[in-house]
Parts: sequence; C-alpha cells; structure tokens
Amino acid sequence: MSIWPSIKTITSDVASRKSSARDMVEKSLQIIEEHGEFKAIISLTKERALKRAEEIDARIAVGENVGRLAGVPFIAKDNFLVFGAETTAASNILRGFNAPYQSSAIERLEAEGAICVAKANLDAFAHGSSTENSDYMTTKNPHDAERVPGGSSGGSAAAVALSMAPFSLGTDTGGSIRLPASFCGVVGLKPTYGLVSRSGVVAMASSTDVIGPIASTVEDAALVLECMAGKDELDGTTIERDSQDYSDLKPVDLTGIKFGIVKEFFGSGVDESVRGSIDQAVNQIKSAGGEIVEVSIPSIDLALAVYYILCPAEVSSNLSRYDGQRYGHSDRDAVNLEESYAKSRSVGFGNEAKRRIMIGAYVLSSGYYDAYYQRAQLVRTKLINEFNKALESCDVLVGPTAPVQAFKIGENIADPLAMYLIDIMTVSANLVGIPAISIPVKSNNSLPVGLQLMVQQKQDKMLLEVAKKVEEVAA
Amino acid sequence: MATITKDDVLKLARLSMISLSEEEVSKFQAELDEILSYIQKLADADVEGLSPTNQVTGLVNVMREDEIADSVTQDELLKNLPDREDNYIKVKRVL
Repeated sequence: MSIWPSIKTITSDVASRKSSARDMVEKSLQIIEEHGEFKAIISLTKERALKRAEEIDARIAVGENVGRLAGVPFIAKDNFLVFGAETTAASNILRGFNAPYQSSAIERLEAEGAICVAKANLDAFAHGSSTENSDYMTTKNPHDAERVPGGSSGGSAAAVALSMAPFSLGTDTGGSIRLPASFCGVVGLKPTYGLVSRSGVVAMASSTDVIGPIASTVEDAALVLECMAGKDELDGTTIERDSQDYSDLKPVDLTGIKFGIVKEFFGSGVDESVRGSIDQAVNQIKSAGGEIVEVSIPSIDLALAVYYILCPAEVSSNLSRYDGQRYGHSDRDAVNLEESYAKSRSVGFGNEAKRRIMIGAYVLSSGYYDAYYQRAQLVRTKLINEFNKALESCDVLVGPTAPVQAFKIGENIADPLAMYLIDIMTVSANLVGIPAISIPVKSNNSLPVGLQLMVQQKQDKMLLEVAKKVEEVAA
Repeated sequence: MATITKDDVLKLARLSMISLSEEEVSKFQAELDEILSYIQKLADADVEGLSPTNQVTGLVNVMREDEIADSVTQDELLKNLPDREDNYIKVKRVL
C-alpha cells in the first residue's frame, strides 16, 4: 500500500496550503533514499525539483491556480528526455547525454504543476522484461528482493510500489508498463496507440511504442492520462483525445457489461498460482453482476512471433542513429570514422540491443523480407481482425497480464527466447493498438498477480471506469 | 528451420556496424538461430486476401504548416558533442 494519499488529495492540500510542493518533493526524495537498495532509480533531478517546488509554492501563495497536479512528485523512466537532466535509457551509449529539450509528456505534466524528482531504471532501450538488461544494474522486486520487478519499466513500477512517488511514467512497446505493474502489485495503463505523444522519448519500436502512467490506483492513473492525452504537433502519430475528462470516472454497474475470457490465455503455460487468482477475480466480477462469456482469438498464439519480427526491425532502424559522433559514448582511439562507429556501438550497446539490431537486419534483408517482415505485417492484420471480432461479442477482454509471477533474478537471463515468452499476453494489445490495463488482484501467496483488461481502440475512458469497479470488487 | 551460420552473424554485425569477439559470434549464432526458428511459426498462417498493417489507427500522411518557430538552440544541441571545432562536429578521418 502506498503511503501517499490520492493525487486529488495531494493537489487539494498543496493548493489550499495545508501542505506544500516542497514538503511533497522532500518526502519523495527521502523515501527514494531510504529504499536505495532496491536500485529502482538511476538519477535524481533534485535541484531542479526543489526549485520547481519553490516556484509552485510561491505562485500558490499569491493565489494562482497552478494546475491539476499541483505539487505532485513523479518519477520518469529514464528514456524520457527531461530538460537539463541526464537521459541514459539505461544504456552505456547514452551515458552522460544531457537532454537539450524535453519530452511532450513531461512538458504537459509540468504545465499542470507536477514535479519530476527522479529517473527510473529500465532494461536498456526498454528491451526486456526484467530490468536485467539495464547496462547499469538490476532493480529488485519490492515484494521479494531476490526477484525481478518485471520490465522494461521495472524501476518505475518498483518506485510506485515502494511509495517513492504517487505515480511514475513508463513506456509500453510489448508489455513494458503492464508486466512490471503486475509483478510489483501496482496499476499500469497502456493507452490507445497515439493517445499520448512520443516526442522526446527514446524510440524503440515506433509502430507499437506508447506512453502511460503507473500508479497505486486506477483513479490516479486516469488523472495522469487526462493531463497527458491528446494531439501533439511534434508527433504525427498522435490521435484526437476524447472531449470528456478521462479522470471524471462515472460509477459503473457491472450488470450488463460483458467480459470476454480469452480462451487462449488460459492454456498450459499459465502458472497455477496465477490461474487461481485470475479465476477468483473473474468469479468476483461475476458475483458483482458482470456477464462472463468465453471468446477465442486463435492467432494470439502467433502474436509473439509477429512482435519479435516487427519490433527488432524497427529497433534496428531506430538504434542506427547512435553512432558515437554527436552525443553519448564515443570511442576516441579509432583510426578512422567507420572504426569509430563500430567501436562506439560495440561498447555502447548491451547484448540485448545487439541481438535485436541483428535480428532486425536479418528480417529486413532483401532475401528474407517477404518471409519475415512482410508476413508479420499480414499476420498482424489477421490478429487485428480477430480482436475486432472478439470485441464485437463482448465489451471487455479479460485475462492474466503475465503467465507467471515475478521470477528470480538470473532465472531467464541465459535464455533470450524464454524471456521473450514472458510477454506472451501483453504484446497483442500493442500490435492491435488497443488500450489495456493491469490491476493487482488478490494473490494466494506473497507475490502480486495482475489482471489485464483490454477494450477497443479509443475506449480508454470506458476501460478506466470498468477497471475502477473491478479494482473495488477483486482487490 | 532457420539455420544461421557464423558467417551470417558476421555479415549481420557488419551491416549493423557492430564488431563482435569470437566468443560473441558463437553465442549470438546459437541465440539468433533459436529466435529465428521460433518466428518461423508464421510460415503456416493463412493470410490469403489480407493487406499488411503498417499503422494501426488509420492515419495517413499527417502534415503540419511549415512555420518558423523557436526551437532548441544550436548551442544547446552542440553541448553533447564528444568532439568539436567551433560549430562543427569533429570526427575521425573518413579514408
């Protein structure tokens, strides 16, 4: 349980001067320091945060309205550019890179009075499911320090679970917000593709990358989405937002809502402990009046293969810009330019980045393009059609966020394919572009379990309203 | 079955501007082979009559007005350069 009250309470206390932005920032920094052994944080933005807190308090003192997140500290995954702060994406090649501009998401949160206090650990370039691919350190799971927090936004999820801040930001390309939220027992929201601007966020796979909040409650996550959502001139893939406030969540009666149990998510690969918790949650939804139907999405079995063609292809392209000549790690001993490129990249990229770059180069190469990349795009269409059909026969798809609970540090690191398979239940939402959320449900052991809900594209508000009700009945 | 040889790995590394040690070549050979075998499972999927998906929300050719506006200054961008001479990026010799 978070020690923070709801974000709405924090802002109203700060705005009414019952507390101050400075108190909130100091409290956040203190908790970050207390839990340093979990290695959730790469760097602090302390001076900047304290300065901003003072500005906000001064503006409140003269009666100004400073926004809907007034004085709320937050933590950004270290692939968000924060003006004047180091942004490494947990990679060696970006070590020492100071952001000369700022991501639109951070810009919008700051415009509402939120304050970035720290940058969280991740798998380097967001490639991974455990933070073990970070070039710096592995974050520990707050519920069991011998286990991973999930990834790639593992530092962000652990930070919220440890009450380091009321919310954090993550990125989700194949499950990177929802998986760590599930492993750490917090709420993780992946909005519809394009609902939040990606400008100023280190790109991984541009056709599936989304930005979203990690928080303790659905209500807090909704408010953060509300403050970030909408079109941005700096990101051509952004879509029109809802005219309604995403955080104005209307009470939902589960009677009359059809929950589709995705048959394929309950196969033999799901751990008994996860299955038990999810069955229990589904029963609670049913007791609360929800109608449960079974749906089938046969191509879900192919989704991970589609993802591990399209994602490395886009990664190989997006990571080609890191050449060691303009910023970050640069090999100074090379005798010529080409050697400098190769040496900078070889030292600057970890194993997972190298693996993905090479797979990407392979599936895009002329002899194999049709068999891999083109074929993956076709199966992606098939998957989209099947999801649309399933979401015609029900309102919300429901299943586990992950087939397992948090695993031991080191357990999967030697087998990249086994690590990829952890994402098997999350990648589809990215390929289809639909919103999805992971919320903690009652677990029968000491480790958390996440329940995943998915709805049609642009139904983010409905998803949040249903999730809030499910959070009440199944927590 | 995808079969990746050591030469394939070296070629991919060359295309990707990455230099690998002998040890890394063997490691990546085994790993890439396993991953590429896994993604072969798409070969049997029935995709008759479908068109490829590039973009999921249906946007096409998003344009904006070409207007002059303030943006990041040259000075701020050049601060991160590993090596520079005046306002130029200094690199190793090309040939």
